[in-house]
Amino acid sequence: MAGGEPPIGTQAMLSLDGLRALIEALAERGYQVLGPTVRDGAIVYDEVAKLADLPSGWTDQQDAGRYRLERRTDNALFGYAVGPQSWRRFLHPPIERMWRAHRTEDGFAIDATAVEAEPSKFAFLGVRACEIHAIAIQDKVLVEGPYVDTGYQRRRRDNFLVAVNCGQAGGTCFCASMNTGPKVDAGFDLALTELLDESDHRFLIEVGSVAGAEVLSALRHHAASPEDIAAADAVVARTAGSMGRVLDTKGLKELLQSNPTHPRWDDVAARCLSCANCTMVCPTCFCTTVEDHSDLTGQTAERVRRWDSCFTADFSWIHGGSVRPETKSRYRQWITHKLASWIDQFGTSGCVGCGRCVTWCPVGIDITVEAAAIRATPATSTETDHGRT
Amino acid sequence: MAERRRPRLAVWKFASCDGCQLSLLDCEDELLAVADAVEIAYFPEASSVMAKGPYDLSLVEGSITTAHDAERVHKIRRQSKFLVTIGACATAGGIQALRNFADVNEFVAAVYASPQYIKTLATSTPISSHVKVDFELNGCPIDRSQLLEVISAFLAGRKPAIGNHTVCIECKLRGTVCVMVQGTPCLGPVTHAGCGAICPSFNRGCYGCFGPKERPNTASLAAEWLKLGATPRDLHRVFRTFNAAAEPFRQEADAHGD
Repeated sequence: MAGGEPPIGTQAMLSLDGLRALIEALAERGYQVLGPTVRDGAIVYDEVAKLADLPSGWTDQQDAGRYRLERRTDNALFGYAVGPQSWRRFLHPPIERMWRAHRTEDGFAIDATAVEAEPSKFAFLGVRACEIHAIAIQDKVLVEGPYVDTGYQRRRRDNFLVAVNCGQAGGTCFCASMNTGPKVDAGFDLALTELLDESDHRFLIEVGSVAGAEVLSALRHHAASPEDIAAADAVVARTAGSMGRVLDTKGLKELLQSNPTHPRWDDVAARCLSCANCTMVCPTCFCTTVEDHSDLTGQTAERVRRWDSCFTADFSWIHGGSVRPETKSRYRQWITHKLASWIDQFGTSGCVGCGRCVTWCPVGIDITVEAAAIRATPATSTETDHGRT
Repeated sequence: MAERRRPRLAVWKFASCDGCQLSLLDCEDELLAVADAVEIAYFPEASSVMAKGPYDLSLVEGSITTAHDAERVHKIRRQSKFLVTIGACATAGGIQALRNFADVNEFVAAVYASPQYIKTLATSTPISSHVKVDFELNGCPIDRSQLLEVISAFLAGRKPAIGNHTVCIECKLRGTVCVMVQGTPCLGPVTHAGCGAICPSFNRGCYGCFGPKERPNTASLAAEWLKLGATPRDLHRVFRTFNAAAEPFRQEADAHGD
């Protein structure tokens, strides 16, 4: 190993033992290492302490409303698509106490000691290209706008990302349609491509940041050969060619925004459960509600923030009732925001093509199919006034 | 601070198993705080002291199954500033509402040695079918932390922070992997949150103990159950449990014969 840290963009080779050392190196640097592991019949993101925690030899079969684990014929560690819930769970936790207060002689005071100390900084192992794009979208929404989510900002500042280039596309993946994968292009500290054949199991590792360079310098590695790089490129190219789904994004924003009265909304509402699973698993959804609680004695109160969804009636409840009482209007709101008005709001689509909303819909409603159905029979211009339902 | 008059709490029982009012006694750590915060004026399950009304908050458990109870609930309403129903019996008629779909006299004849002593109505109905209810707390049984939330909210004069969304949201908040997508039929997508999604966390489908969520699409869920291998009889039975008389569940059970 040469002296000094490898420059950003360096591509090197890491052995299986090197990956083990990577997990240890991150833990030594004070990171809580989170990565893929098998639990409850799925590959979920949770604490990873050792190589054996990774889902060696497992893959996921995903389709609309269906998920099951299957054995692979090899011992790939990253041979699956994406987990049931995204990294959002750690960066933007489902339930977070905003503050707690106690009653005083003449009013109330915020209880400073109740603000929980940040427990740890997170290193994510196995972040996919679509997920990096999703994190970038949440950065834009939660940090780069006028109102900064300081908790999220702190967690992101301390966040170390080890990306993985996808070795196979899942049945509901369509990142190629959304230009968000399968190859990671930016926003990572280190990126791995898993290379596996009968004789060898190793990783091409790419440096994406100064912090990544420092970590790689502590690991035993060697230079990548042109053959290694070609093999890694072939992995990603093969994945790009095997997407389970396609979403035609051409003119999609205008298409959805000009079809508020399309009959397809009634059709999808007949199937939609308004259960909110799609929004709960989406890596870019960020909506929350706040709940105020007071105790029995009236001496303490707290404000808690928790994930909410545009599929609940409470979400759009204003004085007198819900703005979106019907499932039809909730589904239309969700898909139109995600694929269209998100672009007006944040300059990017809200969809990264990870396929989670398709897989984890209990009745298998498919965002790519619904968008295609609107495209198949778009409204004529006389039918597009927004007020009609 | 000047001593404020403690609000007066009453706990009432109609046709029920007592499980929901016992969840108040089951509050353990918080029970003393409850007893401090309110005057427990009427709670026969807990105390032999039965003080007269009026009451600031009445918790009502159980359903209306007799003519006598149908009158008694009006008296309770008149004495109560706020009336909150607790549990599936009080909010939906309970498991005993199965009589609504059969001949109650046949049940009486089958169960009692001397059926002539039994005077009962042909139906079991929720409290809200008889008097105005200020808040309904679902569940069979109710969740005790939700009960504390409701009591705290009424004491503070605020709205209880209790959503009417699905069990699915609770699964996702706690990180439980969806059992239905993995092949296990589950009522979570049509069921009111509140239990904390207990059954899916043990890899079981939801049984619907908390009754229908707001605007449930039971027909779509039932169609998916059939795809997963459930029979129409399974569907009929699964919607005919503790919340059988809740209208969306009643309709879906009817749609699948018996």
